[in-house]
Amino acid sequence: MKQGIGWLSLTMGVLGFGLLYLPITVMIAYSFNAGKLVSVWAGFSTKWYASLLHNDQLLSAFGKSLWVAFWAANISTIFGILIAIAFVRFGNFRFRLGLSALASAPLVMPEVVTGLSMLLLFIAMEAMFGWPSGRGIDTIIIAHATFGMCFAAVVIQARLRDFDQALEDAACDLGARQPFIFLSITLPIIAPAVIAAWLLAFTLSFDDLVIASFVSGPGSSTLPIVVFAKVRLGVTPEINALATMMIAVVAISVISASIIMHRRLANKTE
Amino acid sequence: MGAFMARFGKRIVVILPLTWLALFFLMPLVETVQVSFTTARRSVPPYAPLWGFEDGAFFTNFNLENYALLFEYWQDYLGPAANSVRLAFFATLVCLLFAYPMAWWIARSSARMRTILLVLVMLPFWTSSLLRLYALIGLLNPNGFINSVLMYIGLIDQPIGMMQTDFSIYMGMVLTYLPLMILPLYATMVRLDGDLIEAAADLGGSRFHIFATVILPLTVPGIIAGSLLVFIPAVGEFVVPALLGGPDQLMIGKVLWTEFFRNRDWPVAASLAMLLIAILTVPIIYARYQDGRQDEAEAHKLGDASS
Amino acid sequence: MAPFIRLQNVTKNFADVNAVNDLSLDIEQGELFCLLGASGCGKSTLLRMLAGFETPTSGRIEIDGQDMADVSPADRPVNMMFQSYALFPHMTVASNIAYGLRRAGMQGAELDARVDSLIKLVRLDGLASRKPHKLSGGQRQRVALARALARQPKLLLLDEPLAALDKKLREDTQFELVDIQEKLGTTFIVVTHDQEEAMTLATRIGIMDQGCLEQVDAPRVLYERPKNSFVANFLGTATFITGTVTKIDGAFLHVDGACPTVVYLDPKSDRIAPKLGATVTLAIRPEKIHLTRTKTGQQNESMVIIEDIAYLGVASNYRVKRDDGLLFKLQQTHGQREKTPLEWEEKGFVHFDPADVIMLED
Repeated sequence: MKQGIGWLSLTMGVLGFGLLYLPITVMIAYSFNAGKLVSVWAGFSTKWYASLLHNDQLLSAFGKSLWVAFWAANISTIFGILIAIAFVRFGNFRFRLGLSALASAPLVMPEVVTGLSMLLLFIAMEAMFGWPSGRGIDTIIIAHATFGMCFAAVVIQARLRDFDQALEDAACDLGARQPFIFLSITLPIIAPAVIAAWLLAFTLSFDDLVIASFVSGPGSSTLPIVVFAKVRLGVTPEINALATMMIAVVAISVISASIIMHRRLANKTE
Repeated sequence: MGAFMARFGKRIVVILPLTWLALFFLMPLVETVQVSFTTARRSVPPYAPLWGFEDGAFFTNFNLENYALLFEYWQDYLGPAANSVRLAFFATLVCLLFAYPMAWWIARSSARMRTILLVLVMLPFWTSSLLRLYALIGLLNPNGFINSVLMYIGLIDQPIGMMQTDFSIYMGMVLTYLPLMILPLYATMVRLDGDLIEAAADLGGSRFHIFATVILPLTVPGIIAGSLLVFIPAVGEFVVPALLGGPDQLMIGKVLWTEFFRNRDWPVAASLAMLLIAILTVPIIYARYQDGRQDEAEAHKLGDASS
Repeated sequence: MAPFIRLQNVTKNFADVNAVNDLSLDIEQGELFCLLGASGCGKSTLLRMLAGFETPTSGRIEIDGQDMADVSPADRPVNMMFQSYALFPHMTVASNIAYGLRRAGMQGAELDARVDSLIKLVRLDGLASRKPHKLSGGQRQRVALARALARQPKLLLLDEPLAALDKKLREDTQFELVDIQEKLGTTFIVVTHDQEEAMTLATRIGIMDQGCLEQVDAPRVLYERPKNSFVANFLGTATFITGTVTKIDGAFLHVDGACPTVVYLDPKSDRIAPKLGATVTLAIRPEKIHLTRTKTGQQNESMVIIEDIAYLGVASNYRVKRDDGLLFKLQQTHGQREKTPLEWEEKGFVHFDPADVIMLED
């Protein structure tokens, strides 16, 4: 008797995926609803997409979120690489315990706590040094990079641990030194993990509401902040359209990335 | 350049992130502790400095009033704190209920199906959770999708109240945290040796018996890892109770937000942050302990392999 | 003149484990030296110390007169061919080979010419722009070799270079390796656990056990005059006899014990002759024991019963037993077997020449 998958697993599985995807599906469907309410189907229309493209507030917030996420991801990835190198290659270095605690705490700290505490720090710093003067894009980037680098480090560390050190030894034997060995040998090989880490940091930043709410200032409202405010007031169908477009972009990217990865692997085993 | 890197390279690699995290993660917490001991006032920023020098004399505004407040008005503060733990705990269980069979399904599928299913699990994670919760509102509202469909079919004639209940909170939590529960479970299950199950079956075990005595114990590490990954952030969750919860689902994250943004009482908010950290200290230490044991087990495997 | 490579009292400890124990060794320029031993004997650790990836706990390593203490692997005139080949997977064959040359400052036409000549040397013509994952195991091995030879190192270290190849390929590559070494004149140190490989490749072999060198000699000397029972048993097989010296008759020793033996000690050899009454261990190689159907009357003859025969094509290995239980391991070539076709459980006689008996030092 072979223990297969079982009807229980399949049922719960379908239910689970249903729960994950039903909200999205309904939202996509109703983004094409001519009417405003979710309860009434008033015919097919793309007017919400049109009005979305004219909604300056949403568009500008979208742009700000992209900018913040881009730079937060860059900083997160670079520092994440440094943290990963330290933990995988440096053995028992002097501040290992401290860095380990500092790099893992942000992963579990509630966002309201990190958001509030970072704001308090920025205010104290402003009082003492004059920088940062007011809260804005810069403070959001710093805040996002701080927890982003911890997530990035986890992803990169996992890959680096599996990396065959003989390759670095061979490069050293052939006359290369650090950091050239890392840049010419290690980095190109762990690149997929680095990219994954960058995308993870980007997503976390783009999606963040709570921390951004605390550390943003006038004129630096990111997309989640604007959406949250709108949702509080009531249903805005333009948000359906926005959600659909975002989901479409993500879905296309993920699926193309999977296909590319699949092709690369198939090529390799030829 | 080469000589410089040889001498200082290692130090730079450690010092850079260490300084950043000490400055932008540790110092903020220190600052929060400080603010939790002062009083609110009408100023910018809206709290009194903890200490300082005025006319050459040292003064301090240190007081424990904020913490006294938490206990005095315990219904407004400690109540939601307990609520948070309760809701987070059951939300974790509901997540586990869905995630366990799903992870099992994925782990036992062919390699190709596995990739597809994993992508399907991660796809929602890459899209904004805020928007998905917003969509959930649209589903659960009295005039939302589910009620409309049920009334249209004729199953019910009054809309079911699904919003602002424990149920809506659990659904919101599952929507947000399900991938975090699935992945560690999947990782443990995929490493499970299929031969063990076949051997157990061969020795005459029923399906349930095999599950209880072979599969369940071996997946315990995954269960613990996933549960911690969901429970700890869920306690301090803000968005889910803000969008989907009512007065009975008040959670400490929302209370902190209200104190900060509505009441402009930053010191109380800071003390709530401290309370939240205090609640989570034990689970966090336990999680670190489990991580450490995992590392040891891995290191042992590596140690035995080297010759 | 000081030897090309000199290891003096080198010791390496890891935590509480001793890997290399007070080892001293001299290697001449142009040698193809083999470090032979079982896994865990310390040979790989020794190799890594020569490459610079480990530092000795104590002792001194000199290459061409230069003390290697504090010299990083990048700066040593040493290159290594790794057991796993460690080819850079994201680079082509040509780029892999060129990596070390670029680090040395070579570029342009000179670089291309050198890479080409190396590709020709290891017979990888036409594969310059392939990536490692599209090469066979044997081809990958050649890339690793070419890459390690690129910088014309004074010393080339090879860590189990043929271990991953199948038997046929291994035999062909062994001879190629010797050819290349003789052509270039580079000093090679090869680490291996395969005694056949060591015998084929090496000008001299160092047998290692538990961090120490048991014996260092040319392959022929190691086989015909092993110092102790470990070496005698590690390289080939032997029949061991222990006994006491009962009579010394000029260059002939009479040893009594399990099997009365007459031993001829070569007066030219540097072995110290044992005294009367001393306990000695003797070894006789299988091909030196002769099997006959009838008694010949030669020295060192015994009556035996055939216990086991293993047919290996070129030769056959026999295990034959005396009345008192002593087991002889002997080997007959195909031709010899045809002349004396004794089969299982038949009776026969064995004898061996006193000059063929090896006196061991333990």
